[in-house]
Amino acid sequence: MNKIYTFVLRFALYIIFAAPLALFIAYAFSTRWFFPQPFPSEWTNSAFISTLSDSRVFSGLRDSLVIAMIVSLLSLALGFPAARVLGLRQFRGRQIAWLILFLPTVVPPLAIGMGLNILFLQIGLAGSYVGVVIAHLIPTLPYVIFTLAGAYARYDENFEFQSLVLGASQARTFFTVTLPLIAPSLVVATLFAFIISWSQYLLTLFIGSGRIITLPILLFSAASGGNPVTIAILSLIFLAPPVLVIAATARQLNNNEGREQY
Amino acid sequence: MRDKLIFSPWFALAPVLILVSVLLGASLVYGVAQSLGLMSVIGQNTLSLDAYRNILSGQGPAGGEFWGSLVFSLWVSITSTIVSSALALLVAVWLAERRAGSGNVDTLALNWNLAFPHLVWAVALLLFLSQSGLLSRWAATLGLIQTPADFPVLVRDSYGIGIILHYVSKEIPFLALIILAVLRAQPAGYDLIAENLGASRWQRLRYVTLPLVMPSLISGALLVFAFIFSSYEVPALLGVDYPRMLPVLALRFFNDPDLHARADGMAISLVITVIVLIVAAVSIKKGEQ
Repeated sequence: MNKIYTFVLRFALYIIFAAPLALFIAYAFSTRWFFPQPFPSEWTNSAFISTLSDSRVFSGLRDSLVIAMIVSLLSLALGFPAARVLGLRQFRGRQIAWLILFLPTVVPPLAIGMGLNILFLQIGLAGSYVGVVIAHLIPTLPYVIFTLAGAYARYDENFEFQSLVLGASQARTFFTVTLPLIAPSLVVATLFAFIISWSQYLLTLFIGSGRIITLPILLFSAASGGNPVTIAILSLIFLAPPVLVIAATARQLNNNEGREQY
Repeated sequence: MRDKLIFSPWFALAPVLILVSVLLGASLVYGVAQSLGLMSVIGQNTLSLDAYRNILSGQGPAGGEFWGSLVFSLWVSITSTIVSSALALLVAVWLAERRAGSGNVDTLALNWNLAFPHLVWAVALLLFLSQSGLLSRWAATLGLIQTPADFPVLVRDSYGIGIILHYVSKEIPFLALIILAVLRAQPAGYDLIAENLGASRWQRLRYVTLPLVMPSLISGALLVFAFIFSSYEVPALLGVDYPRMLPVLALRFFNDPDLHARADGMAISLVITVIVLIVAAVSIKKGEQ
């Protein structure tokens, strides 16, 4: 009896997670699917192709990709040294540093965006890539730092000392000892920073000032009143990176990681 | 001296700490200034508490909706949090009972949730549950309804059902993973001893499992509440114009062509922030237990 329950439950779980993809595909690649047909009967990829070649969609895709790539690399570069000391060292004020870095995960993006909106207008960063990238760092940095700090907390620094004692240079120690040990978390942190930035809506809206139109902005405005086919196609494009990232890193995600809501 | 500086942990922390505190600090200062009516754009340079007075006394266009929106926000956030916590508990306990073997598969399935950003999940619900959506078509095929209008309004409804459905389905995996982490860290012994002593299934859940997971569950549930209470996209897509949740109200007035209404929108957003920070602080306290 118990087994049947868990089987059903597990099955339901998989259905729930596969369903959105199937739903989007059904809407995106069908045509003349009228109420009350339960399933589409005519399939086409012409809507998909024409949406992809739409210049607004193309530039949205490009902006989203470029911003998310720069944001994830920047958060890695800035976050890595910080995570190392937070994970390895005990020092006075560590709690305060932790608290400051924790704050962006709870302060609503709504309030952050509204506050930064005027400031960025005044200093000329509103509507620029630089402005949007800086704003995106607010949610991605804490994620990268806490993921890597967690990895460093389970890390034994003695491997590095050993390598140095045996005469390896600092650089060689970093590339042959530190990096391989920390690499899995490094990859997870970077990829998640990418999809957190990729999915930002509010911060881009407030800082982009209508000039930086990323995919989430296009999708949101389509969903507020567009036709289902366009909405489904934009959703599929928007979903591709997160789905690939989760599929690739699912094994690395232990229960303490992958917690950010974005 | 130079060495001391370089090896100080603050040297490594400085860039991120400065960046985060400057950005958060600036957004706070500018936000508070705007809510107090300080706006160089319209040449107003006097401080006033008008925005807060409007909101709290229910006056003006933004204020008139504030208390209703607050109640609606609380209804949606609390209902979603309680329902998803209860269901997450069931899911986690069921999954944990089959300790041996495929634990990884379940974790993978629960993490799969992360592949769907809130925006896309809301869009999926829209396509699935709207009156001309997939579920409605299936109901019509089965002969349950005749026209799209016969299908119950599940998204963009005035009770917030669509928003609640969204958050419940999205937060179950989040909370279930938190509970599973606690359960998997416990030895199976507790449950076995209780069973040996004659505890029924329900008694084991009530007196063994529940006390074990409660601190983490409450901590996670408070974070879920804070998140729902302060997010914008989902209620904006799955809600109606009236009643609307506080973030939607705040953004509406922040973008008002009348620049005086901006202060009201900003004040509402700061009220949301204060509530969220208090809830998050309680969550951290609970999590430390």
